[in-house]
Amino acid sequence: MAPDSELTVVQVYPELLGTYGDRGNALALLHRAGGRGLPARNVTVAPDEPVPRQGDIYLLGGGEDAAMLLAFGHLRADGGLSAALDAGAVCLGVCAGYQLLSREFAGPDGAVHEGLGVLDVTCGRLPGARAVGEVLAESTGSAGAGFLTGFENHQGDATLGAEARPLGRLVRGVGNGDGRTEGAVQGRVVATYLHGPVLVRNDDLADHLLQLVTGPLSPFEDRPVQRLRHERRRAALGPARSWWRRQSGHRQVRHG
Amino acid sequence: MTTLRLGRRRGTTTRPAAPRRRLSWRLRVARRLAVVAESASRVLGAGAGGVIGGRLILALAPDAARRLASGRDVLLVSGTNGKTTTASHLVAGLATDRPVVGNTDGANTPAGLVRALAWGRATAVLETDEGWLPWAVEQTRPVLVVLLNLSRDQLHRHHEVAALAATWHEALRTVDHVVANADDPDVVHPALAARRQTWVALGIRWTEDSTVCPRCGGACRRTAVEWACHSCGLRRPEPDWWLEGADLVSATTRVPLRPALPGHANLANAAVAVVAAAAMGVPPRRTASAVEQIDAVAGRYDVVEHAGRQVRLLLAKNPASWVEALEMASTRNVPLVLAFNSDGVDGRDPSWLYDVPFGALADRSVVVTGRRSTDLLVRLEMEGLTDVRVAESLTSGLQSLPPGPVDLVANYTAFQEARRELSHGP
Repeated sequence: MAPDSELTVVQVYPELLGTYGDRGNALALLHRAGGRGLPARNVTVAPDEPVPRQGDIYLLGGGEDAAMLLAFGHLRADGGLSAALDAGAVCLGVCAGYQLLSREFAGPDGAVHEGLGVLDVTCGRLPGARAVGEVLAESTGSAGAGFLTGFENHQGDATLGAEARPLGRLVRGVGNGDGRTEGAVQGRVVATYLHGPVLVRNDDLADHLLQLVTGPLSPFEDRPVQRLRHERRRAALGPARSWWRRQSGHRQVRHG
Repeated sequence: MTTLRLGRRRGTTTRPAAPRRRLSWRLRVARRLAVVAESASRVLGAGAGGVIGGRLILALAPDAARRLASGRDVLLVSGTNGKTTTASHLVAGLATDRPVVGNTDGANTPAGLVRALAWGRATAVLETDEGWLPWAVEQTRPVLVVLLNLSRDQLHRHHEVAALAATWHEALRTVDHVVANADDPDVVHPALAARRQTWVALGIRWTEDSTVCPRCGGACRRTAVEWACHSCGLRRPEPDWWLEGADLVSATTRVPLRPALPGHANLANAAVAVVAAAAMGVPPRRTASAVEQIDAVAGRYDVVEHAGRQVRLLLAKNPASWVEALEMASTRNVPLVLAFNSDGVDGRDPSWLYDVPFGALADRSVVVTGRRSTDLLVRLEMEGLTDVRVAESLTSGLQSLPPGPVDLVANYTAFQEARRELSHGP
């Protein structure tokens, strides 16, 4: 990105892929870019509009099953997102967005659908209970650092192939459904099951995405966000909850 | 579609009189024990005890709802937002015509419904949690179901709006008559499963959850008034009743509405209550008049005096209701306190705060409090608000403000706590 140009954050089909406050991820990127004095703008794309190919960071959020399939049809027909990613754009996929970026994903009826194939990941469905609750993970260092905090609400799992690495090592929650990992990173594409919104709760991950575009950034401490991160970390680990989470986590992992 | 006819004798929705049956001994014992439990709950300060009483009845007589609903008119009111207010309006309208019972305290899951049914044999108006509507339909065999709206709320529990609409659709196949919002596709699709529909055009401001057709998964497109799915043809039905300004209008009738409660949402709640009461034989103008007398519902819109501050209580539980509450709060430039928790009934995941257009508060002084106040603080920071303070408690937040009027917007458990806290005085 040229030093004087404006960073463009593209929200892809927020009316279909925006069920869990996903707009917050765009706000977090603009907030942290603004904190460094970087000009940035947010572009939202409706399903009947072409996805721009010149964006810097593309965001695909969470969505309901039917909305996700509808979004997939538009993305395949349009081709703009795939072209932008082929040209080196940065991308974050959350929940349904994670599954859409994968090689394949399972629909609500269990039918397997071909995904965009951007990630070397295969998404199926967790048998048994839906994964719902606070998640805590340690960053693997593949995208950002420190710990990852978020809230998951999904029926999907994720099996990573050789080209993808996990985003985090699971401490609490279900994540990818293997009892060990959360999310995926492959080159300039990051995907996760974490809502929250994830870039609001994880400023280091937001900075990672920004720095893929801008290069190294100056420090920017956000005290309210730090306070929120530690509150949610305590909530995920808290003694009263941890027993319950162990029970529910055990049930979910055992069946998943 | 149904054209509404008035008059109790013809064209109205009432159950034929059934022979009154004596309740089983088990149910009679359960009811007596419930009275004791409720009294104990009140004495111990654990609340009004309605839910405890209802749970006790259900524990001792699991078929209580079915038995208690048998042979009487039961009306169910459900939707994401407006249930309590609409049910209160409907009770007021019907009460001009007959004895009515209801769960006007807002206890809208099986325990609350059974508790309301357990007292008396009168017509029952039951506000029903949207997730429990199929259970309530199956148990009570309602003569009328009122369907308001469906939007994202407590997603950790309901998961998806479309899935909820699908369960409604299945449940309503056995229902004879629904009064339903023609402007919400997630209501229209399930309402069409019932035998008869009376459509009311209530308007819908929150459209984020109706962009996908609930019937086929195709794209649902809106114009200013109409909506339609271009794949399967599901479309906005021709309304039997609609709002023109503050008038409720049908092909033959015009009823001015002057609800005491503020905002468009409460005008819509009043409108649907008038139509539902008319379906039960109550003249629309009579219900409209009764609605004018209601200026607070379960504490909502109450103004509470606290240490020189006149605190108006506004409840906002999900993005759609926050939009309405913030609009009400925007009608006067007074200090604003936002109280936010994420206990079970609030929804454990507050990500949806980012769906609420807080930018409208850009020039306001805001105090945030509650167990998830940090989430709210960060949310407002991301929106660019600069005059935001965190208060450890509601009372300390109020004391930090100058004496005078204050608007408090709170989600469910924060709202209940605020009512208790403010009722005890400074």
